[in-house]
Amino acid sequence: MTRTPPRRTAPPLPRVGRGWGRGAAPLAATLALVLATPARTDEIWVTNEKDDTISVIDTATLEVTRTIPTGERPRGITFSKDFSRVYICASDSDTVQVMDPATGEILHDLPSGEDPEQFVLHPDDRHLWIANEDDAVTTVVDVESRKVVAQINVGIEPEGMGVSRDGSIVVTTSETTNMAHWIDTATHQIIANTLVDSRPRHAEFTETELWVSSEIGGTVTVFDIATKAEKAKIRFALPGVNQDLIQPVGFEFTPDLTTAFVALGPSNHVAVVNMQTYEVETYILVGRRVWHLAFNRDHSQLFTTNGVSGDVTVIDVASRTALKSIKVGRFPWGAAFRPTE
Amino acid sequence: MTPDPLHLSPNIPQGGPGGGARPPGPAAGRYLTALGAILHRELARFLGQKSRLVAALVRPLVWLLVFAAGFRAALGLSITPPYQTYITYETYILPGLLGMICLFNGMQSSLSLVYDREMGSMRLLLTAPLPRGWLLFAKLLAGTLISLLQCLVFLGIGYAWGIRPPLAGLLAVIPALLLTGLMLGALGLLLSSLIRQLENFAGVMNFVIFPMFFLSSALYPLWKMAEASPALARACALNPFTQAVELIRFSLYLTPNWPALGWTCLATAIFAAAALYGYDPARGFTRAKG
Repeated sequence: MTRTPPRRTAPPLPRVGRGWGRGAAPLAATLALVLATPARTDEIWVTNEKDDTISVIDTATLEVTRTIPTGERPRGITFSKDFSRVYICASDSDTVQVMDPATGEILHDLPSGEDPEQFVLHPDDRHLWIANEDDAVTTVVDVESRKVVAQINVGIEPEGMGVSRDGSIVVTTSETTNMAHWIDTATHQIIANTLVDSRPRHAEFTETELWVSSEIGGTVTVFDIATKAEKAKIRFALPGVNQDLIQPVGFEFTPDLTTAFVALGPSNHVAVVNMQTYEVETYILVGRRVWHLAFNRDHSQLFTTNGVSGDVTVIDVASRTALKSIKVGRFPWGAAFRPTE
Repeated sequence: MTPDPLHLSPNIPQGGPGGGARPPGPAAGRYLTALGAILHRELARFLGQKSRLVAALVRPLVWLLVFAAGFRAALGLSITPPYQTYITYETYILPGLLGMICLFNGMQSSLSLVYDREMGSMRLLLTAPLPRGWLLFAKLLAGTLISLLQCLVFLGIGYAWGIRPPLAGLLAVIPALLLTGLMLGALGLLLSSLIRQLENFAGVMNFVIFPMFFLSSALYPLWKMAEASPALARACALNPFTQAVELIRFSLYLTPNWPALGWTCLATAIFAAAALYGYDPARGFTRAKG
């Protein structure tokens, strides 16, 4: 899961003394710029489900720079608003771990309920909404007081978590009940349940729509937030690939909300979907069992976690082509962007 | 009398050291005139035969559009240099099919040389008062340029089909294609010096083209071949066609492959030297055969 990082502007250039002569001025300015501006080494953090680690990828060099140990079976991962904390679902440790991303040190655990798989951080930057797969509940945790605020009964095997842009609604998808449960964040009450296709895995909001992927159903269902009615159903078809292998899981939207990239699991492809027409425009070949995705800072590159092949494929968003696959740990699962300046 | 593989009459002046009378003018100019005339003739002949271009492209296109589609799933996924990520099978075999174009074109040149020799037009060509090596090089270069032309058209079709190497790679591959064309053209020249009759050309198909193509990395990576038989994989690695295909593949993706370049250059030199030897009426292979 990723959050769009705040836009930053370059620091002003320092003035250069007159006595340096014409040729020296631009040279000095360039030198000052180089010295004043730290190298942009943003990162993509990837949880490795089978290795109990996080692989940190440098977005400039596209290489793994750090491997950080975590609790057992890390899956969902997200950063706090200011990127000073990273939250990790350590599913088999039955906890959400809070880590200092600068040092890689685990600061403390949060009471998450059993088997936390995915979560979403509320726009208030204070409440984590966690899907507890084994308990059929959604747990709300206050990250400051480190206490459970509420537990909401949902369908069987909850997994996907999404929060609306204004923070008023959280949606939990339940894999076995095949529903999206709409929860009012103020009252912690379910306000609607909407059916989706088999095994819903992931949910994301735009301003007006909710998108839910269904792994076994092989579809993405689009709902209108106001009416909670189904607005569109996106289907996928890859030439030469058995339909059973086309299993939509994670997806990400471009910031202008024109294009969605949908990971199609064991079909080893990412679908590029036009968000106005809901048509699939193309498919991009990536590694095996592609699961979740994360953009880099300017959204020019998209990183996909490929579970079975144990790597991350980098997609050039403009040309919609795969550039490189980077070896990480075993069974990479979640991905999140971290700016380092 | 010395047996002459080119069927030249002894009273017709020949080029080269000890050849017939030379026209006046600077030597370089004469060489270039001959080169230009041969290139022009071969190119005009090729462009005049539109069906030849189509026919030359049909073979690799069938492999690309039919064979590759069928084998896409069978060969699975892998990341092998120069590729940095997963690729489709169509993407993998594109350099091999470019090599195939050069291979068939080189062999076709050899066929046409045998034909020219039987029809007597080779004799006419070699009456030019220039060294035989230069005239053969001009023929070789003409055939190579025709191969290059076909390869560029095929690359364009591949691009439209969705196989899109880096744009700079489309430029970088040109020298690799030229070298491959020269190597296979030289092999064709060598074969044409060995083949006395057109009827024998079927043997070239069976004993040269098929083993060269199938015992290479054109259709499957060597690591895949090694899984089945390490001995076959080693044989593939020794095949100069494998080295040429890898040179094309790496050039397309802007990655240097010095061993492939070295081996391809070496093979080109050996084939060219052997072809020159074969076409030497005093020492050629036909003399050895009596």
